[in-house]
Amino acid sequence: MTSNVDWKKYFIVFLITVALFLTAAYLSNYFGGKKINELKSIQDKLSIDILSSETQFSLLSELSCKNVSDSVFSSELEELGNKLEWSEQNLGNTDEVNYLKKYYSLLQIKDYLLSKKIAERCKVKSAFILYFYTTAENCSECERESLVLSNLRDKYPGLRVYSFDYSIDLSAVKAMLSIYKIKDTELPAVVLDDEVLTGFHGIDELEQKVQTSFKLQEVKPGDAPKKS
Amino acid sequence: MVSFTNVVFYIFIFLSVYAQVFFLVTFFENRKKIITRNGRTSLLSYPAVTVVVPCWNEEETVSKTVRSLLDLNYPADKLKIFLIDDGSTDDTWDAIRRFENYPNIKIFHKENGGKYTALNLGLQHTETEFFGALDADSFADPESLARIMSYFEKDPNIMAVAPSVVVSEPKTFIQNVQTTEYFMGIYLKKMLGFLGAINVTPGPLTIFKKKVFDDLGPYSRGHNAEDMEIAYRMQKNRYKIEHCHDAYVYTNTPRTVRNLYRQRLRWIYGFINNTIDYRDVLFRKKYGNFALFTLPTGIISIFSVGYLFGRIIFNFGNFLYKKTVAFHTIGFHLPSIGKLYSSFDLFFINTQSFVFLVVLIYILVIFSMMFGKQMAEKKWSFSLSMLYFFPVFSLIAPFWLFKALYSTVVKRRPAWR
Repeated sequence: MTSNVDWKKYFIVFLITVALFLTAAYLSNYFGGKKINELKSIQDKLSIDILSSETQFSLLSELSCKNVSDSVFSSELEELGNKLEWSEQNLGNTDEVNYLKKYYSLLQIKDYLLSKKIAERCKVKSAFILYFYTTAENCSECERESLVLSNLRDKYPGLRVYSFDYSIDLSAVKAMLSIYKIKDTELPAVVLDDEVLTGFHGIDELEQKVQTSFKLQEVKPGDAPKKS
Repeated sequence: MVSFTNVVFYIFIFLSVYAQVFFLVTFFENRKKIITRNGRTSLLSYPAVTVVVPCWNEEETVSKTVRSLLDLNYPADKLKIFLIDDGSTDDTWDAIRRFENYPNIKIFHKENGGKYTALNLGLQHTETEFFGALDADSFADPESLARIMSYFEKDPNIMAVAPSVVVSEPKTFIQNVQTTEYFMGIYLKKMLGFLGAINVTPGPLTIFKKKVFDDLGPYSRGHNAEDMEIAYRMQKNRYKIEHCHDAYVYTNTPRTVRNLYRQRLRWIYGFINNTIDYRDVLFRKKYGNFALFTLPTGIISIFSVGYLFGRIIFNFGNFLYKKTVAFHTIGFHLPSIGKLYSSFDLFFINTQSFVFLVVLIYILVIFSMMFGKQMAEKKWSFSLSMLYFFPVFSLIAPFWLFKALYSTVVKRRPAWR
């Protein structure tokens, strides 16, 4: 019996396999691109909505609280946040994802400032948490803190949580970090009613503080919530 | 950053896709040659064949096995049957003795020495041109022998012909999974036959030219996989082995996972150790596709199953860890159905490259099962066990795999049963 090694076949099968890999990579890229586009369109929509609310608010001032209070984008921001987080984990930390993340942080800050104004002037019952975490290093306490905060957000629809990646290269976020004097050694950090809490804080403690924050508004509606 | 484990993962996927595509290309090259015959097979001449039935504690099935041989569509005077009791401790000997008056049956009794010694005793007494064995837990289809012999008639270079092994009367869940696996085995073996690269001449009714043993010597223990060792030896000496897909032999398969574990441990141990014994064959061009495709594919599949299992365990551990952390942090917290429903979004479907490739591998494996079934039952059909074969085997196969590797390292040969 002669050895019947068909080298051509080994090579052709290799080419087919490479072609299948390239096809898979192309499909993956295609769907990845679609996801990025979806994120972009959500962000564009949100940005228009926020800008329009701001403008409306400036135009009408205190007179039209009713209209303005409709513009609560919490759920849209949350959806965007979830999708961005997923993309970071599954599409990789690409330039596009990073760019979208910066944009998202900016939208969060704008939403925060606007919502705070609305809450003060229009007596909307709400509480605000600014949350700083890091992805640059393995931060298990950040993961736990995130769990606590999303749990609290589910419980209190009036609570608005804004989360920021400490390591993001965005001047607006850096400004906030310097306002609250947050250092990277103290992450996670939570800002609630201008009080800075660093390190991990459990659900009971935070829940109490959130309730107090709501109560502060009840007692002195219209006042800027300030912790003594 | 591309992590090391991801690179390994993609290398395994590449090799798996390569192997599957190789089989598929072989299939398309040869598909016109795959003709499944119906009805009685007739030959120009009927050479004499000796079939040995080695038995060790097979009192329950041996009679049925012998009857299946007596019912073969083959002239009785051309078929010698040797029933060899390899020191059974049950009533196998009594079961065998009931056949001692048949003119073409000879019975033997010997001290227990292992299956290969029983086969060699049969070989010593064989005077015919062809020799084969039939395990005492298997039953030959009436047409099987004639169809196998037709291959020898067609091509005088063929030295051995293996049949299609089909699961006999599957009842338990794990037997159904094996049924599907055996269908896939028929397809793969046929393709390996085309490639001249078959690595097992299974105990159920592979027929050899007696010359093989005259030239290469008798069976050896072969790490309790003598049917694999002889195939390796034949490949090393470049003796041609074919697969006759329409010769069916029905075999009893393990009914429980525990028994399956023992059987597979023996097979994998046999594969690892025979491959080690014949390592000088590996990647040597003169030994053909056997050295370049069959053995490397087998070795790679062992590593990929091990790797995949590690990955599953790691992911599962990670999942449990996350759930535990969540429990300690916020207590038991079930998201409401409404929230789950509203959070469902096509966006979150994973579209990384490997997902498409794994789906492709799945499709090719299911194709091979369906085509194997088509060869065995002459009909195209899909069964549910084709879907759950993968998850079931990927969960249990690593156990016998790791045990076989461990036994190889500590040099402890697994028992037969």
